[in-house]
Amino acid sequence: MTIQFNDETFRDDYSFRNSDRAIKRFPFPFHEDSYMYSVNMEQHRGGPSGSVYEKRFDVDEHYLSEMRDRAIVLAEDPLRCQSLPHMTLAGWDTLELIMVSKSEDYPDLFELHRDGSRWRWVNKPMGIDHTFTFLDETTLPCGPLEYITRQAQGDYAVLDQRGDMLYMDAGMVTTQADWSLDFDIGMDFFEWHAPVPLAHEMGIFKRALKFLLNVQQGAPARRLNWTMTVNPLLDTSPENYHKWGIQKTTLTPENIGAKQHLRVELQTFYRLPRSNALLFPIRCYLIAFQDIVSVPKWGRRLHRVVRDLPDELATYKGFIANRPMMLDYLSQYDDGLPTSPGVWPDLETEPPLQR
Amino acid sequence: MSAAPQKARAGAERIDVTVSAVVPVNDLVTRFEFTRADGRPFPPFSPGAHTVVEMQDGGRTRLNPYSLMSDPSDPTTYAISVRRDDAGRGGSLFMHRNVKPGDAMTLSYPVNLFPLDRRARKHVFIAGGIGITPFLAMIAHLEHLGGAWELHYASRNRALGSYVEDLTAKYPHKVHAIFDEDGEAIALEDLLDGQPLGTHVYVCGPAGMIKWVHDTATAHGWPAENVHSEEFLAPQPGKPFEVRLCKSDIVIQVGENESLLEAMERCGVDAPFLCRGGACGQCETEVVEADGTFDHRDHWLEEDDHASGKKIMPCVSRFIGETLVLDR
Repeated sequence: MTIQFNDETFRDDYSFRNSDRAIKRFPFPFHEDSYMYSVNMEQHRGGPSGSVYEKRFDVDEHYLSEMRDRAIVLAEDPLRCQSLPHMTLAGWDTLELIMVSKSEDYPDLFELHRDGSRWRWVNKPMGIDHTFTFLDETTLPCGPLEYITRQAQGDYAVLDQRGDMLYMDAGMVTTQADWSLDFDIGMDFFEWHAPVPLAHEMGIFKRALKFLLNVQQGAPARRLNWTMTVNPLLDTSPENYHKWGIQKTTLTPENIGAKQHLRVELQTFYRLPRSNALLFPIRCYLIAFQDIVSVPKWGRRLHRVVRDLPDELATYKGFIANRPMMLDYLSQYDDGLPTSPGVWPDLETEPPLQR
Repeated sequence: MSAAPQKARAGAERIDVTVSAVVPVNDLVTRFEFTRADGRPFPPFSPGAHTVVEMQDGGRTRLNPYSLMSDPSDPTTYAISVRRDDAGRGGSLFMHRNVKPGDAMTLSYPVNLFPLDRRARKHVFIAGGIGITPFLAMIAHLEHLGGAWELHYASRNRALGSYVEDLTAKYPHKVHAIFDEDGEAIALEDLLDGQPLGTHVYVCGPAGMIKWVHDTATAHGWPAENVHSEEFLAPQPGKPFEVRLCKSDIVIQVGENESLLEAMERCGVDAPFLCRGGACGQCETEVVEADGTFDHRDHWLEEDDHASGKKIMPCVSRFIGETLVLDR
């Protein structure tokens, strides 16, 4: 497989685009015509060929541009990457997992040559060829977590597990849906989820914590989460809210198809072998409304989900004010026909828009 | 999302292995070393982890958890040490009598219910008897990373003190061996006193020892989160009883020498589990109906759960009475 990497931006002129292939493999998060919270976990053991679920760490056409955007964010705000002192071993675990996975899953792009603790890492797309000593921080230009996550799409929260609780004790967070590692660092699972409405009352977090504490080595898990973002911004952080929050007021009926994006997080969970910490990669995928509605099933379904979502959730996800305009736009692509079950586009079998 | 729905088998992932060595350590304890059948390196593991060993004993599958005692940085070998329990249900006897070098066996992936607290400035290990095994992996690990530790190791006598000679020879200033038959005892109050701030204590051994360490540490003002313990309970025999499993829609008999979990597995019910020793919580099962008395033996459920009669941990707990219906 060869990937044609895009040259694009997630800021200023927003030249980010999804190719036809990227649209068809987009991780559409709604398996039915309505949405409510659930602990929607499944095993992360591959998926259909070409889908974002196939590899352990998906590499796509946005790879190089996303890594450039991460470098910009880190240059402005180094606290987006933090690791408490006891988490260094978990950082090495993360480096090992990503290097081994990428070199096995994308042998044409990444190589890892191990001779005892002497490791040579080759990242062809980024032009890196680096030899270092595993578990010796002095042989890397920065900590192991920062080193490898500057070369891997998605955010990474590294959770320490102590006494049946998870703690947000390290991470690389530059593509987040309005949460802050610097604010959450050291918090426990219930503390960092405190702002989420409804789910606490539903017992979602107790069940989720119980599940996560028991994610075992060799048996990673995954789920999807989603929100809405105006303009293809990766960095929708609280730190920069003054820059991106106001952009939500720039939507018009004319530009909404291009500007309004569905933001989907493919969240995976790995038990790290040496440290027993839990790695929580959060991979962000963006897609413009005008690209979603090019898939008739997704256009019908997104309209119904946005229309019927409880107000608390539309508020929490930050689009309650724009919901009427979204519905005006999306309703043009909902002809009332039933939709097939499941998340897949089903382009061959679902009828085109009937109007 | 159901991108690729898969039904997982209960328990952790498995690794096919070959027995590479069977080494008698003393009259009671034998070490078993394994290499991977496919020749690949073992996954790294965190010290304190255990593996569940699958034993094919005639028509019966035995699943016993043992702490991994090998050096976690050695990907060529996993090793466990098994103490022979002549009065037990037969798993350790099977290992001692039947397992030979070259045998094919199956291990679970490592599962850690007894991890190091990596914030600790110093780790104090307290071992009783075969409880030494997780500390062997922890010591090897901390020696690689340069962490501070000390070990207080009580055994009946020098001959039965597994690995005590190696340990005292290698780490004479860090290992304190105590032999019961010499009238010695761990001076727990003294050793708790004067530890640097940020020290964590870990205890693995008989139930009485674990309770003694927790109680003494608490009495000396140690925070509960700085004291860690692991005790695997072996399921104890008990009177046979009958259970109806309503989801599976079958009635099963639990024999005298098998656990409720094992009886379910024997009858083809794929019940969840990890540790099989009452500690991890995976096999927690809802009670639909019960007329009788529960014999709760786990460390997982809270006291009020036990009192409620609404939950049972089938890996170790039993039931005495007429009717038991479980949501499984």
